[in-house]
Amino acid sequence: MPNIRVTVDGVRYDDQVEARNLLVHYLREQLGKVGTPIGCDTSNCGACTVLLDGLSAKSCSVLAVQADGHDITTIEGLAADGRWHPLQRAFHEHHALQCGYCTPGMILAAIDLLRENPDPSDEEIREGLEGNLCRCTGYANIVAAVRAAAAEIRAAAAAPAPRASADPVPSAAAAAPSVEATP
Amino acid sequence: MIPPRFDYTRPATLAEAVGILAADEDAKVLAGGQSLLPLLRFRLASPTSVVDLGAIAGLRGVADEGGHVRVGALTTHYEVVNDPLIAAHCGLLAQATRTVADPAVRHRGTIGGSMAHADPAGDLPAVALALAAEFLVTGPGGDRSVPAAEFFVDYLTTALEPGEVLTAIRIPKLDGWSFHYEKFSRTAQAWAIVGVAAAVRRVNGDITEARVGLTNMGTTPVRADSVESACRGIPAQADAIHEAARSADAEADPPSDLSAQADYRRHLARVLTGRALARAAGS
Ligand SMILES: Cc1cc2nc3c(=O)[nH]c(=O)nc-3n(C[C@H](O)[C@H](O)[C@H](O)COP(=O)(O)OP(=O)(O)OC[C@H]3O[C@@H](n4cnc5c(N)ncnc54)[C@H](O)[C@@H]3O)c2cc1C
Ligand code: FES
Ligand code: FES
Repeated sequence: MPNIRVTVDGVRYDDQVEARNLLVHYLREQLGKVGTPIGCDTSNCGACTVLLDGLSAKSCSVLAVQADGHDITTIEGLAADGRWHPLQRAFHEHHALQCGYCTPGMILAAIDLLRENPDPSDEEIREGLEGNLCRCTGYANIVAAVRAAAAEIRAAAAAPAPRASADPVPSAAAAAPSVEATP
Repeated sequence: MIPPRFDYTRPATLAEAVGILAADEDAKVLAGGQSLLPLLRFRLASPTSVVDLGAIAGLRGVADEGGHVRVGALTTHYEVVNDPLIAAHCGLLAQATRTVADPAVRHRGTIGGSMAHADPAGDLPAVALALAAEFLVTGPGGDRSVPAAEFFVDYLTTALEPGEVLTAIRIPKLDGWSFHYEKFSRTAQAWAIVGVAAAVRRVNGDITEARVGLTNMGTTPVRADSVESACRGIPAQADAIHEAARSADAEADPPSDLSAQADYRRHLARVLTGRALARAAGS
């Protein structure tokens, strides 16, 4: 079996993987990072989106061996210094999730969008998230959450003092979706 | 689903990749994996071995080669969309690539993979055909170059022989032309029901030359020769352009499927060709 060396959420791993293993299987089953769910077999839904060297990628459409030598960020790696990422907080505050299944992918795709475009219009947000399907919340609150987080991130960049009002992370599993992903 | 078992290699040179592919006709090339991995997950493909081109130097990137731009087969859609040479000389390719799939797929999917996969609903083959691109191929027998008009052979079938790797696409610069890619699909992140790649050259308010390639109007992309002829010398104005576009489906043999019946596709091709040419001509 091939060996891979990857960095996932800031931690280096040296592992053996089966060649046919998808990156999402490696994350979930070998590393136990079940914050990244699988929502489809067609590469359409985006639930499994992670950042691969900083760019969004569907982890169901990458072989684990292809990630060798690369850096991966999952939803579980976003909270820092005991605080949620502004997008996590905004999704919470704007009621941008119901079942939460699409949320990890939505948030990582939104991070990618804001990297390219820190001040997107509603239409640009919808285009940026076109690879992520939500089957229960509807997209209006998701767009509102991304807009709000974008404003917060821009404000923080303009005045880089830490925000005292930021919510603490309630528990280590807080970022993971509340439902079990299908195997 | 979990893909079927296969051997995996990531050769460091093109010669090594070609050697593995030539020795095993059930081996498959892996580029961005955005078409191959879904096929493996559905077990619609079961290669004995998967040859990942990802580590081969020189297959990625865009270069100015005088009269044309050379785009390495492993250049991602994302890189194509953001490349300054492509923006300057092959804007139609950038515009069409921007409509492919979604950002995450564009980060990994490659121009070479899109061409080699040769899905008639794929957006880039029609662009390659309209721009008269050339396909650079390396195989056990050496290097050869295939014109776009001969590269797309049938549904999901190209002129690539077993053991051959597509290494680059050379696109003639159409400096001074204007262009538009018009894609018709019902939802975001969807494949084209019909797409039209159009480019025009104008002199003193008249169209002197036009290029039109159609997506999903047959088992291969279609060059709309009749429209190209009908456009020559007409004023670059909406009425004249829409009149010329009435022959857009003349060379096509469109499929009927869940998205559209053939006659509806013919109608779409005529309307969308008119729109694409009118947008390209700025009228
Ligand atoms: C959700 C989704 C939506 C999509 N929507 C669109 C769309 O709207 N429009 C569109 O055009 N495409 C669309 N695509 C397809 C996308 O463009 C793929 O990136 C592309 O078809 C394949 O490129 P790849 O690099 O991922 O190739 P791979 O998946 O790695 O390979 C595809 C095929 O080409 C062969 N191959 C790849 N590279 C080479 C090479 N250099 N030499 C020889 N053979 C090679 C492989 O063996 C395989 O058979 C979509 C894909 C997904 C998952
Ligand atoms: S699980 Fe990856 S796109 Fe649906
Ligand atoms: S919150 Fe349920 S699918 Fe989006």
